[in-house]
Amino acid sequence: MRKIEEMSLPGVGLRLQFVTADGDRIGVIHHRTGRRELFVCQAEDSDTVTLSLDLSDEDSHALAEVLGASTVVESLNDLQFQVEGLAIDWLAVESGTPYAGKTIGDARIRTRTGVSVVAVIRDESPYPAPGPEFGIESGDTLVVVGTPDGIESVVTILKAG
Amino acid sequence: MDRGALLLVELGAVVLALGILARLAGRLDISPIPLYLIAGLALGEGGVFPVVTSEQFIEVGAELGVIFLLLMLGLEYSAGELVAGVRSVAPAGLFDLALNFSPGFVTGLVLGWGVVPALFLGGVTYISSTGVIAKLLTDLGWTGNSETPVILSILVFEDMAMAVMLPLLGALALGGSTSGALLTIGIAVVAMTAVLTFAYNQGDRIGSFIFHRSDEVSLLSIFGLTLVVAGLAEGVSISAAVGAFLVGISLSGESVARAHSMLAPLRDLFAAVFFVFFGLSTDPREIPDVLGVAVILGLVTAGTKLLSGWYAGRRAGVGPNGRRRTGLALMARGEFSIIIAGLGAGVAGADGLAALAAAYVLIMAIAGPLAAKLADPGRGRRQPRSRIRAEAGS
Repeated sequence: MRKIEEMSLPGVGLRLQFVTADGDRIGVIHHRTGRRELFVCQAEDSDTVTLSLDLSDEDSHALAEVLGASTVVESLNDLQFQVEGLAIDWLAVESGTPYAGKTIGDARIRTRTGVSVVAVIRDESPYPAPGPEFGIESGDTLVVVGTPDGIESVVTILKAG
Repeated sequence: MDRGALLLVELGAVVLALGILARLAGRLDISPIPLYLIAGLALGEGGVFPVVTSEQFIEVGAELGVIFLLLMLGLEYSAGELVAGVRSVAPAGLFDLALNFSPGFVTGLVLGWGVVPALFLGGVTYISSTGVIAKLLTDLGWTGNSETPVILSILVFEDMAMAVMLPLLGALALGGSTSGALLTIGIAVVAMTAVLTFAYNQGDRIGSFIFHRSDEVSLLSIFGLTLVVAGLAEGVSISAAVGAFLVGISLSGESVARAHSMLAPLRDLFAAVFFVFFGLSTDPREIPDVLGVAVILGLVTAGTKLLSGWYAGRRAGVGPNGRRRTGLALMARGEFSIIIAGLGAGVAGADGLAALAAAYVLIMAIAGPLAAKLADPGRGRRQPRSRIRAEAGS
């Protein structure tokens, strides 16, 4: 997933944006007044807005629908929710991980990062609340809860040990 | 008619005239501030229809206008945003200060005013109009441009600089000793640091204390608190405006948007009264004498804003088009220039400060946005369906 850049515009509101593969900049400004502005800057002059549209709630839902947001479940891996410093993330266990065949306890994830593994998804079946004796296999998806920094560390641990 | 009845009629006529002017400003797509100033000039001594009965009332209203303008400005920002904003543009902000303060200051000296009134004129030419610029960015659809965070951060820096400048200039205006002025600045800095630190850590708690389910309770609490703090600030001579600004900053959290919509009508009313009062207390017969100076000063400070905008944009890694727009946007001067000039109007030796400031703001509040619109009409922006209302301060 693209890196979404979030920036507070003092006195105006919040701006969320990302740069597309072609170098265009697309974003939404959530004005304090409740106005929601969609803007596009084309790659030739990425500083200048070439299109700006006001979207109502209904418009936004329609746009999201058109873009296929209904398939959001499929990209669960990429989704990250953040609630006041608490993050939930879905981490894929890559084939090169040193922990394939070992248990969650061996990885000492909670001790080292404070992050809890709340579920493991294997072959599309969930295994909720796995204990330390639960064996990790490559191809698993770990559902983890913790601080964003802690989750970053878990990613490193799963890759490199 | 007895005095009470006359007061009502006169006041009503003035406010009604302002309503017509605000409508005209909306039609012409310009800031209403210059029109309010012209109305004030016409109503004052030496003007077309001198107002006599309601002048006292208008004076109090004007004081409330300054308080509301600064309270609402403070509400726009949270303490965290202020700290981050000031930090991110500090070098560009200082450059902007040096480059745009100097023309006013030097002009004051050249006019033979002495140092203190010249400092006031420096403040007038330094500070851009947050209200006019915010509207400009929205109208031109520039909000998504990559230079917009730079423009807004420079405005935050200028607003903070003004919060430091007002007590300083106020102390100098009183003509006290150097040590007295230093003491005032010391008090101001300590008070501001204390309030900012407290608001930075406890902003939500203050909000939950002041705000209430009922709009009535919230409105009365905010208004009362602001007046008390503004009065106390004035009492220790760090200026009521700064007190109101600090109250605005301290209030943060989810209820701020509601406070904003409750207070905006009051701000619009009293800010308009403030601009009229400034015009009232300025003798229009002095304007022709200072018009030439105002035009030259306008040209010079348009150039200096372009330069400081260019520099700020370049520091933030914005391309040439964005750098140019940063300068263009920052050109507009408005409400805060008038507030500074109002504070300095009574200073000895500042003959023509009010008239010069009025003429200067008349030019810059119109020419600034106009220059921006002509230079870069904003290609993709469709005309908004509902016209944005012309507001004095936002």
